[in-house]
Amino acid sequence: MTSSQPSAISATGLRKSYGDKVVLDGIDLEIAAGTIFALLGPNGAGKTTTVRILSTLIDADGGEARIAGHDLGRQADAVRAVIGVTGQFSAVDNLLTGRENLRLMADLCHLDRSAGHRRVDDLLVRFDLVDVAGKPASTYSGGLRRRLDLAMTLVGQPRVIFLDEPTTGLDPRSRRAMWQIIRDLVAGGVTILLTTQYLEEADQLADRVAFLDHGRLIAEGTPRELKRLIPGGHVVLQFADQAGLDAAARTLAASTRDEAALTLQVPSDGGVGSLRSLLDQLDRASISVAGLAVHTPDLDDVFLTLTGQPDHERAMAR
Amino acid sequence: MSTLTLAVRDSGTMLRRNLLHMRRYPSLTLLLIGVPVIILLLFVYVFGGTLGAGLGPAGDRGDYANYVTPGILLITVASAAQGTAISVAMDMTEGIIARFRTMAIFRPSVLTGHVLGSVIQTMLSIAAVTAVALLVGFRPTATALEWLAVFGVLTMITVAVTWLSVALGLVSESVETASNLPMPLVLLPFLGSGFVPTDSMPTAVRWFADYQPFTPVMETLRGLLFGTGIGADAILAVAWCAVITVLCFLWAKALYNRSRAA
Repeated sequence: MTSSQPSAISATGLRKSYGDKVVLDGIDLEIAAGTIFALLGPNGAGKTTTVRILSTLIDADGGEARIAGHDLGRQADAVRAVIGVTGQFSAVDNLLTGRENLRLMADLCHLDRSAGHRRVDDLLVRFDLVDVAGKPASTYSGGLRRRLDLAMTLVGQPRVIFLDEPTTGLDPRSRRAMWQIIRDLVAGGVTILLTTQYLEEADQLADRVAFLDHGRLIAEGTPRELKRLIPGGHVVLQFADQAGLDAAARTLAASTRDEAALTLQVPSDGGVGSLRSLLDQLDRASISVAGLAVHTPDLDDVFLTLTGQPDHERAMAR
Repeated sequence: MSTLTLAVRDSGTMLRRNLLHMRRYPSLTLLLIGVPVIILLLFVYVFGGTLGAGLGPAGDRGDYANYVTPGILLITVASAAQGTAISVAMDMTEGIIARFRTMAIFRPSVLTGHVLGSVIQTMLSIAAVTAVALLVGFRPTATALEWLAVFGVLTMITVAVTWLSVALGLVSESVETASNLPMPLVLLPFLGSGFVPTDSMPTAVRWFADYQPFTPVMETLRGLLFGTGIGADAILAVAWCAVITVLCFLWAKALYNRSRAA
């Protein structure tokens, strides 16, 4: 990401409370055009509230935000004209067929008749919905419904898309299909703000990731930067007997041993090169290894490390 | 695009959506026609002889069919209102409403679409109920012009009651509440000049009956259909419809927009 790109979404100090309950406690976001930004956090962290505010559904109690240069508060309709939202709960009309749902969007996006028909046919093909286009949406499976939902969002060719937990409740195959759709979208130049509970999803898709916890951003950066925040990866070597473990521990100085499990934990980035040199080293010393497991740091580790801290330390870690 | 063009275009789109809903779910429309038809048959064939005699010395069942039909038509409007409130309340539980709110469309078009759809549905119900009334002895003497005026009055009261029911649908926390809230509307023609002349009622009831909005509407319809005197009832009817429409439109709009703060 380069700093010369204009921000598609920029927010400062967004706050929202419901009664005594503070849902968002001052959120700053800066999302470059043409990138995927993942907002990660457990249930109740404020992800959906953030999306609802940025997509003009609800007003923030404080703070400012601009979407594609339009002020959220003063130019809500200009914002609405450039955004598309696919929420956590399906936003399709169940009594209408897939095609009718898309036509409805084409009409509401004020496309002229022929352009609307072309766009609808196009999206039905692109989202593999042609076979079910004439069936009521109420008969669709979860994955189909989510595809129709996203296709409806795309009818107006939004430049900024909000995806609130787009793969929650989908089976692994549908999830991967959705990921591919999201990657294709960004390749086409749109900006995506995506919320998810799945760290793997953020890791797979996002250019930048922010962790939201109790209404605050506790960390932000590229997935690589975030993984650097926590102790690195390691290789766990399993031995058949005590002699092997002893020999290996003598050979590999920086390791930590687990006597009971007969394992040795060796710091490593988990790459093929370092694994090969580790195995070569053991080979030269004629030590036989019963098993080997590589552990690379993932966002799960980052998240647990960050949220494992007590509240006051967490605030300082920001 | 100007606001007016946008309003017309988006309302038209939402109307198409609601008409599709009615086509997919016709049982609701049939149910709404059923209630007034049953009341009509009950009052003409069970109570009609006795009540007809009460209208005047030579009154019979046929006279009563003529007398009761304007009341039945308003029952049709009130019964349809219940359907509108239910479908608005049901719609508000759907995720697609959130989608509409994030789109650059004429904001109240969701509501105007419901109103236009319900008005069309109600007018079709009124036509069906009128046909049944003609079969059971309703014999109006209106000219073509007077029929046109009847159509106008019925449209006015339907628009007014529909906006009220849209607001009731929005204010309801659940679909069950939405189906109960408009119930009193079905009783209004009874507590007015719908089924018996108000001068046969005790003073308190009669006072309410004379001054509630449905009575001048029913009296205007009677005047147009049978050439009886209308007097100030026409103006009262128009005034009531206008006031109810405007207030309920503003109420519904405020209710629809309120969730932005939530």
